[in-house]
Amino acid sequence: MAARTFDVVVVGTGPGGYVAAIRCAQLGLSVAAVEDDRPGGVCLNWGCIPTKALLRNAEVLHLVESAERFGIKADNVRADYGEAIKRSRGVADRMAKGVEFLFRKNKITLVPGTGMLRSKTTVEVRGAAGPETLEAGRAVILATGSEPRSLPGVTIDEKLVISSNGAVRNETRPASILVIGAGAVGMEFADVYAAYGTQVTVLEALPRVLPIEDEEVSTLLSRLFSLRGMTLKTGVKVSAVEPGGAGVLVETDGGRLEAGQVLMAVGRGARTAGIGLEALGIQLERGFVKVSPTMETSVKGVYAIGDMAGAPLLAHKAMAEGVVAAEAIAGRQPRPVDYGNVPSCTYCRPQVASIGLSESKAKENGREVTVGKFPFTASGKAVALGETDGFVKVVADKATGEIVGVHIVGPEATEIIHEFAVGRTLEATLEEIVHTIHAHPTLSEAAFEATLAALGQAIHI
Amino acid sequence: MGVTKVVMPKLSEQMETGKIIKWLKQEGDRVQSGDILAEVETDKADVEMEAFGSGVLRKILVAAGSAAPVGSLIGVIAEPGEDIASVVAQAGGAGALDGPGAPRTPPAATPVAATEMARRPSTPEAARPGAPATVAAATPAAGETPGRVKASPLARKIAAQSGVDLRLVQGSGPGGRVVRRDVEAMATAGAAPAAARPAVEFEDRPLSQMRAAIARRMPLSKAPVPHFYVTSEIAMDRAWGLREELNALEGQPKISVNDFVVRACAVALLEHPGVNASFQGESIRVFHRAHIGIAVALEDGLITPVLRDAHAKSLARIALEARDLAERARARKLRAPEMSGATFSISNLGMFDVTEFSAIINPPEGAILAVGSVRTVPVVTDAGLGVGRRMMLTLSCDHRAMDGAMGARFLQDVKRLLEEPLRLLV
Repeated sequence: MAARTFDVVVVGTGPGGYVAAIRCAQLGLSVAAVEDDRPGGVCLNWGCIPTKALLRNAEVLHLVESAERFGIKADNVRADYGEAIKRSRGVADRMAKGVEFLFRKNKITLVPGTGMLRSKTTVEVRGAAGPETLEAGRAVILATGSEPRSLPGVTIDEKLVISSNGAVRNETRPASILVIGAGAVGMEFADVYAAYGTQVTVLEALPRVLPIEDEEVSTLLSRLFSLRGMTLKTGVKVSAVEPGGAGVLVETDGGRLEAGQVLMAVGRGARTAGIGLEALGIQLERGFVKVSPTMETSVKGVYAIGDMAGAPLLAHKAMAEGVVAAEAIAGRQPRPVDYGNVPSCTYCRPQVASIGLSESKAKENGREVTVGKFPFTASGKAVALGETDGFVKVVADKATGEIVGVHIVGPEATEIIHEFAVGRTLEATLEEIVHTIHAHPTLSEAAFEATLAALGQAIHI
Repeated sequence: MGVTKVVMPKLSEQMETGKIIKWLKQEGDRVQSGDILAEVETDKADVEMEAFGSGVLRKILVAAGSAAPVGSLIGVIAEPGEDIASVVAQAGGAGALDGPGAPRTPPAATPVAATEMARRPSTPEAARPGAPATVAAATPAAGETPGRVKASPLARKIAAQSGVDLRLVQGSGPGGRVVRRDVEAMATAGAAPAAARPAVEFEDRPLSQMRAAIARRMPLSKAPVPHFYVTSEIAMDRAWGLREELNALEGQPKISVNDFVVRACAVALLEHPGVNASFQGESIRVFHRAHIGIAVALEDGLITPVLRDAHAKSLARIALEARDLAERARARKLRAPEMSGATFSISNLGMFDVTEFSAIINPPEGAILAVGSVRTVPVVTDAGLGVGRRMMLTLSCDHRAMDGAMGARFLQDVKRLLEEPLRLLV
């Protein structure tokens, strides 16, 4: 069978792969994209997008249930969890179709099946239509992503012990759930399940929830989740998970816990097995593919992007890497990804977003910092919305006013953060932010005021 | 007496920015018009800056160690209780280029009304050389930042704090924008010599203001100014003899060979105004006075103080003034007018035993004379072979302003004056 030849063969069409494919096509390269699931990868189909749909359901439910605050009576509210999942699937379907459309628009050949490197220019695809060989004239981009990890000795069966993959599919929810891991995934699903009435317990081995975020963020979020009736146990080590009791029994160093299901949210691992890396001698580093600043692996002409190429395991970081790889392949000189300036977002209620260093991390790094904080209780827009939980915290270099880190908990935190992302890219200092007029009333004013506060000039607190 | 704005004075033709070396008056000090407020480092020298109004130095806007563009507000003098907030606020981007306490607003033209209010009544002092420019006298409009460097705000702050001159930093950001890493790299490179390890292969010395000015300006001369060169050998025996005689006299200043050359050029320039000329684009400006720039070598560069009206001065007077200028140049104590306005320059490397060399014209001047050492050489005389003193002169001329024959005739006259040196005394 004759092999088809393309300039670039992309293996995996998650946010890294499909963006790389489109950028390659834009730069005039012919592209084949290999996908063993649906275009869009985990993000569109099983991760970011469907969970955002579920979180929106949780938010709407919360609004309806608390409508009395607004003088609106909503009796006989019935929320069907199965319908939430169905809506979420519909959203994911629509986005996946969007990627298919973009592929057609950019004349990218979608090749269904599992891709495997046979040489540094050959990808063998095993799909329903039988094996096929793709030749890459210029480069291969690997973008196979990641998959949920589990604890040692614990099998994710997607029935009693589920991962995010199961959680976005299951149309039923347990009466109680133990969420193991209080990172973004754990906290988001905890939010959804709690909103629909599941008794939620979150276990975290580290001393606080959202351990990569600023301490003050973790503290506030803990308090708010507890007020919503969730149980948060931090600094807890899980030693065993086995069937029993109401469903699952979990042994911890703080005693035995019981719940209908366990959601394993302890992180994700790169998908590097079975794609031919070893035979080609492509080097790994701590489980991830080792790449250059232009995303090239240790084998020339083979690129790796996204989750498989290292932390942070975030769709937007993968997309940025996809662009860099594509431009490097097309002979451009792309600016490498600035890994110090990747926003981190958690979409629970209230939302959490951050960029740069936490206050304590900055101090550990020997930075002399000044901190400005502004609570949403002092924001007119937040009060009008009835969403006053949270704050904006700006950590800046004392001498230069450099924006070292920003940490936001509160309404639309994940949107507000970008002001600082742009500012940091442009190397703006506190003064440039405060000389930017922010529309009133907006939630972004909290960002403005926190920046003023870092200069000791806040007006509204 | 109202509010007096203290602005960065324009202390030389090419001055774009000045760096405050130190403030001699502090905020709150009472100052009289004419008091020395601060020392300013320009591209040419360190200059004392006078107060140009009386009152209390209410505000210092540009800290010592920081640079500010010419014409920008660097301080405010006012009586206690007078409202200076609006003046300070309107300073906007006109303040420090890169200093601590840099103004927080982007460059913006100062509203005319405020300028009028703050403008000091015109007095004869306004025209006095050496006085800091008032708002009215400031050449660039307030807020204008000549030679703006594309740099991120953070890069600017780090540069200010680490003493890096942004103009010298190669930007690696989009469109050549200077970003943080560029300044940090520069700061590190600049710090290297401080370590003074002899083992290092090389060191990158940050440019002084003066070296930066020379680096910026010399290509502006050499490239666009078409130079031609005329060289002549001068028999210096008689001048040498005369000089020894003069220097033997009691109560007379010691006269150098260069003083003879200055005097000869000054006299000859009056006869050859075509050489005492400046190409002005649409015209050629011919000078009828000879202001002669005398290049003085300094440790980190050179400076060319100007001996004014040299044609009208005696050899002894020239000797006195030239020595004074050179000494103060080395001490960086020249005043602004002493550093600009030359119509012709002389560069003498004779003391380094240089036979001859060619100098680069210092625009907008039209010519410069390069002077070699006086050598004792065998010469052919009517009586046969003898020993004589000879000196090589090379005139560099701006071909746009003059031609070879003009330069040659001028040099011929200089030669005649030096070879018949009594002419220099009459």
